[in-house]
Amino acid sequence: MSSGLKTRVNKGFLFTEQVKPVNSEEKNVSWTAIIKDGVVGAWPICLGYLAIGLAFGVIAQKAGFSPMEIGLMSLLVYAGSAQFIGISMLSAGAGSIPIIITTFTINLRHMLMSSSLSTFMRNLGTGKLSLFAYGVTDESFALNIVKFREGDWDWRRALVLNQTSNLAWIISTVAGGLGGRFIPAGAFGIDYALVAMFVCLLVFQLRGRLYAIVAIIAGILAVTLSLLIPGNSYIIIASVSAATLGVFLKRSKLFAWTERKS
Amino acid sequence: MDGTEIMIHENYLYVLLGMGIVTYIPRWLPLVFLSRRELPEWFEQWLDLIPAAILSALILPILITAGDPRHLDLMRPEFLVAVPTLIFAVKTRSLAGTVIFGMFLFWLAEKLF
Repeated sequence: MSSGLKTRVNKGFLFTEQVKPVNSEEKNVSWTAIIKDGVVGAWPICLGYLAIGLAFGVIAQKAGFSPMEIGLMSLLVYAGSAQFIGISMLSAGAGSIPIIITTFTINLRHMLMSSSLSTFMRNLGTGKLSLFAYGVTDESFALNIVKFREGDWDWRRALVLNQTSNLAWIISTVAGGLGGRFIPAGAFGIDYALVAMFVCLLVFQLRGRLYAIVAIIAGILAVTLSLLIPGNSYIIIASVSAATLGVFLKRSKLFAWTERKS
Repeated sequence: MDGTEIMIHENYLYVLLGMGIVTYIPRWLPLVFLSRRELPEWFEQWLDLIPAAILSALILPILITAGDPRHLDLMRPEFLVAVPTLIFAVKTRSLAGTVIFGMFLFWLAEKLF
């Protein structure tokens, strides 16, 4: 059943791509409808950012940062793990250059996500792309890419989703800095919102045997590398290697044979 | 440069700007350079496989490794809850349902442990 579905989806995907550009803007859709789609679509991220943002705010406040400084960081940097590490390096008295280099290496993985998103954002102006780029995070990428593939999604909805998530992040981090320690940690399993979202979006990505094989290889590689090397470079190394292997597999005769059976 | 507090305040904005720029560039560059280019077929195929690869590479280490330095830990509630959550996602294909189901199970697991 799954292989039948896969060929159908693959054909459908190619077909829609040829008939209309993927980023086509329906002219008869109002901005209010688009904003509603984007805001509603962002809810799992907002929930997750609320949990992590509050935690970040509390830690930053304890390290001596004011709510204003926390909000400014969330606005200018807008990257979860890099902000946590940035705060700890700053309060340990690290120099500006090491902090900036560390931030760069932590966030380099977004390059892969933007590359993947670019296939859904064809023929847009540099201004629009630049606006969109600001909001590319692990979470917004995962959600947008699934929504783009499902159809009924365009760059404007994706932008609203990004900015809604961004706003949730800024508000939660500042709230944490103001008095987040009074909010019980882990209430209602909120800490698990993003993990559950990623698990589900990963399932949605497995649109055929090849995707599943690539995901399994990437996962095993990532775990192995994460145990061997410090930092988070394992994410890039594992996903680049697994996707490259996947392309070779797809183009090899062996895999073509297993595919043809469907 | 004595007194870390003063140093943080003086440099803080510059550090933030630096962090912001190096975060923004990797997010921006591929969008601007790839979205208007005809890409070779193998590269399109590669980009098509990246989401499945990167999501798996992001989530699996979070689920089954812990500590600093990291070590394998298959008994974490994060992982134990992820298994039924994954099955729920496969069966229902519902994002909203899966997120709520996962949160509920995790909340239960935290209570029981």
